[in-house]
Amino acid sequence: MKSWKKVVGAVCMTTLVAASFTGCGKSGSKSGGGNTIKVGALFELTGNVANYGTSTLNGFKMAIDEVNAKGGVNGKKIELVQADNKSEPSESGNAATKLVTQDKVVAVVGPATSGSVAAAEPILTANKKPLIAPCATAPAITLNKDGKVKPYVFRACFIDPYQGKIMAEFASKDLKLKKVAILNDSSSDYSKGLAEVFEKTFKENGGEIVAKEAFLSKDVDFKAALTKLKAANPDALYIPGYYEEVSKIIKQAREVGLNVPLLGSDGWDSPKLVEIAGKENTNKCYFTSAYTAQDKDAGVQKFIKSYKDKYSKDPDVFALQGYNAGLVLFHAMEEAKSTDGTKVAEALAKTKDLQVANGKFSYDEKHNPITTALILELKDGVQTLVKKING
Amino acid sequence: MNSLVKADIRKLGIAAVLFAAIYGMLETEIIGAFWELNLVLIMINIILATSLNMINGYTGQFSIGHAGFFAIGAYMGAIMTVKLGYDMPVALIVGTISAGIVGFLVGLPTLRLNGDYLAIATLGLGEIIRICILNIEYVGGASGLMGIPRLTTFPMAFWIMVAILFFIKNFKNSAYGRACLAIRENEIAADTMGIDTTRYKVMAFTLGASFAGTAGVLFSHYFFIAHPASFTFMRSFDILTMVVLGGLGSMTGSVTGAIVLTFISAALSDFPEWRMLIYSVAMIVLMLYRPQGLFGDKELSLQMIRSLKMGGKKNDD
Repeated sequence: MKSWKKVVGAVCMTTLVAASFTGCGKSGSKSGGGNTIKVGALFELTGNVANYGTSTLNGFKMAIDEVNAKGGVNGKKIELVQADNKSEPSESGNAATKLVTQDKVVAVVGPATSGSVAAAEPILTANKKPLIAPCATAPAITLNKDGKVKPYVFRACFIDPYQGKIMAEFASKDLKLKKVAILNDSSSDYSKGLAEVFEKTFKENGGEIVAKEAFLSKDVDFKAALTKLKAANPDALYIPGYYEEVSKIIKQAREVGLNVPLLGSDGWDSPKLVEIAGKENTNKCYFTSAYTAQDKDAGVQKFIKSYKDKYSKDPDVFALQGYNAGLVLFHAMEEAKSTDGTKVAEALAKTKDLQVANGKFSYDEKHNPITTALILELKDGVQTLVKKING
Repeated sequence: MNSLVKADIRKLGIAAVLFAAIYGMLETEIIGAFWELNLVLIMINIILATSLNMINGYTGQFSIGHAGFFAIGAYMGAIMTVKLGYDMPVALIVGTISAGIVGFLVGLPTLRLNGDYLAIATLGLGEIIRICILNIEYVGGASGLMGIPRLTTFPMAFWIMVAILFFIKNFKNSAYGRACLAIRENEIAADTMGIDTTRYKVMAFTLGASFAGTAGVLFSHYFFIAHPASFTFMRSFDILTMVVLGGLGSMTGSVTGAIVLTFISAALSDFPEWRMLIYSVAMIVLMLYRPQGLFGDKELSLQMIRSLKMGGKKNDD
């Protein structure tokens, strides 16, 4: 009996070791093909932000398929090499090293979150390969400590301060609000950054911030904070954050009798928000985003249709940004007429008025895109386009 | 010269040969940048696993907050180099000592708990450290401390690891280590025999925490960033898994666990969808067929291999 167990154990271990060696051999034997251009996709495919990573990757894959269907870039087909960073920054450095040194990719798209980009970027820069972060919003990732722009790092989404500014402008000029309270996620830099810029812009426009409260991500009960905020009697509440918490906040805000407009950011953009918060509770909710399915723009509708055909589900903003990142990268490769990292990065920096899925796309001198922003309102749970701001 | 010292010198010689072999392959680029990175990661994980083994394996205290000390080392080291402009040696010393101090301060009250209660207390501690970091703007808060220079080199990681392994090996064989083992086997009996159990428990905990701090400094100076997401309780579990896989109480087991798990993770990086699955299946199979870990609490040694050849005579070394 005992020896039987030993044999099974030994067989399992051998299989395991053998499996790991084949993996090792496979990654080692890959070499640069002659007729393809290898492009890396480094995303959060497992771990706690895997939904952002996979969505973005889906969008990027669609861009690759489209460009390949048109005959590729400079006559060569694009070959995708995927890597996972387990939603963890140090793994991002690990995966970036693999993509650049083992798979010999010419450029990397991803990761989705700013921390992971910051960990992957030094490796790309050291090897002179461009990186496009489709949805990393922290301003610092494209800039060195001395404020100089990093030559190989780009992004495909607008930065945090931009969203906060747009919402503050909208609140004071379109909604004509005077007193706003802020409830932000103190464990998220995204949320804190937005709150800061919102406060600054709103005050500049003559408004007043009457109260401020904070929560931590994964919190479930917000009633204490909401009751305090209600006591300050605000005209509206600004809640930059992600839908997991925000959906519960919206529900509980209505329960404690806070029936004022609720303002938010692109982290709200998920069907789950309405599902958890309840349709009737999401009335008078406004948020900034780069994309909505309600946008009647022809480019957006075409993107939605192809995405649905390919993945049989609705795209979200991350998918759109992944798709745009692909378009921007392939355009730059065509402009550079080369896959040399330095030349592609130079061409990327010169991107101007490129037609992407949701409008025109240009880079400013800090490698941040100047692109379309939207203000959306939820009406009985349905997103409605209120205002479109072009770059 | 007594035989123990001789044995130590022989082991040091083996380490030097191993180092020369790997370093040669790195220099001639037989091992590329990806596997170099994973070698350094293996070194860091070995330090983490063996230091946790001091607490969980030798002293029998179930601690699952190791990521917290790892984080303290990573951040303190990074503060030294990035914010205050000191060199790597200063960062290593400060990172090690500060993690040790926190380990000592926390160990004093919590180590009076035992079993499940201690596990929960240390789990909470790890999370407290992470959430504190998350809210300190000075170290970047939720976006992490960026722009750390890559000061960790392969030789540095290797020799620090060897030094720590020697320390832990000799600790186990010392009077202090024997006292710790006695506590693991039966705390009441140890107490009756006149062993100051709290003192030894705190000692093992502090030493384990400071080595985790050393690993943290190496880690943040290799991966360019210290980010709260790297120090979640999942990291604590990863380290614990390495220790349990190798066998609680076996230093060579912890080393093997760290090597095997890091290697599997790297080798399967081409199949991200399968990685977690294979990893989990490996754990389940191991726990079913070998709940005491690969080596149990035995140490792998040359003598053991020799005795296996001679016909499987049982050897306890």
